Amino acid sequence: MIGLLRRDLTLAIRAGGGFGLSLAFFLIFTTLVPFGVGPETGILSEIAPGVLWLGALLACLLSLDRIFQLDWEDGTLDLMATSPVPLEGLAAMKALAHWITTGLPLVAAAPVLGLLLNLPGPAYPWLVASLALGTPALSAIGTFGAALTVGIKRGGLLLSLLVLPLYVPTLIFGALCVSRATTGQDPLTPLLLVAGITAGSLALLPFAAAAALRVNLR
Amino acid sequence: MASIWEYANPRKFMATSAFLLPWTAGIAGVCLVVGLVWGFFFTPDDFRQGSTVKIIYVHVPSAIMAINAWLMMLITSLIWVIRRHHVSALAAKAAAPVGMVFTLIALVTGAIWGQPMWGTWWEWDPRLTSFLILFLFYLGYMALWEAIDNPDSAADLTSVLCLVGSVFAIISRYALVFWNQGLHQGATLSLDREQNIADVFWYPLVITLAGFGFLFVALVLYRTQTEIRARRLKALIAQERMA
Repeated sequence: MIGLLRRDLTLAIRAGGGFGLSLAFFLIFTTLVPFGVGPETGILSEIAPGVLWLGALLACLLSLDRIFQLDWEDGTLDLMATSPVPLEGLAAMKALAHWITTGLPLVAAAPVLGLLLNLPGPAYPWLVASLALGTPALSAIGTFGAALTVGIKRGGLLLSLLVLPLYVPTLIFGALCVSRATTGQDPLTPLLLVAGITAGSLALLPFAAAAALRVNLR
Repeated sequence: MASIWEYANPRKFMATSAFLLPWTAGIAGVCLVVGLVWGFFFTPDDFRQGSTVKIIYVHVPSAIMAINAWLMMLITSLIWVIRRHHVSALAAKAAAPVGMVFTLIALVTGAIWGQPMWGTWWEWDPRLTSFLILFLFYLGYMALWEAIDNPDSAADLTSVLCLVGSVFAIISRYALVFWNQGLHQGATLSLDREQNIADVFWYPLVITLAGFGFLFVALVLYRTQTEIRARRLKALIAQERMA
């Protein structure tokens, strides 16, 4: 399983096109927002929590179809399914690799982008904490969606349609945590709820993803 | 002793549903006509809401059936996953568009009612928003059915999606309550109250509720029959090709 993880990470770094792209997308998304809503710092700092969370979510979404698609096309996935590692473990490792290559850089970049959007000072630790606790859930849910659509050609749009409604609770609690911190309310409750969703997704969704993979590999 | 699993046999299902279909459709038609005509023309206007109160006879039943349709899909998906009865999977497939339309009706009638009453077509209220999300879930579910060629894989994958989606739909529902205070009034109907609404409105509402329920059953039976026939036709064509 560690080998699987290492392989995915090496592929993501060396093959190019995967590792930095979602980060660049996050940056350009955040840059475009002031063009859309105007440069007044008051408005920007008010919407910054939601925009940052939404940007991270979309950046995660864009890289989802790569989780299984390439391995599916060249037959690696079949080999992995016949290996002694259970499919549930494979799905969990794929989710973890996706989180390390997209979620973790997003967490690290978020405070810098928060500066761009004039996010109020006390919100920064909560932004980092909520993204760090929330993005694993996004990766786990996304891995499930990718497993559902792996057999479908040009399944990218369908994948978004399936995954985005599932992202709703994570987005709500994550953005709420940051925006509460900007207005001086208690941000801990939504943060704990984000952590709860992440824990639940990490525990259960690899099983659902593995079930979907089994159907697709039949 | 007859068991419910007999209806997993498509032939048995076809025979029984062919018998039930005219009855359910007929009862649905009668209930809807009686309930709606009674509700629209023979109930007094509400003293605050005026005649807009009458949209309740469409809004509440369709909203209730929209949720029940998803519940039915959840149960039939579970039956498919556990016991692999094809009729069950096809019934789930048949129920999805019906449930989606009920959701849409609930959203649209709510907007039409909300415009004069709340002064807005749309409000990011937990109930409204969760129905919008339910609508998106229906869309995704139907799109997944359409996208997969192999019917068994499609049934499997949509069942898994339905199970996972149900969990997330429930979490979303409570997340939304946490997220924003609502404008929507409390539940119109609940079992633990002596009287939910005044009797003049109550009787026609019960009749339309029954009407929408039977309408749902009739539509699902009809659409499941169609799915079974389409499946048989496909098998026949495949046989012809083989011969």
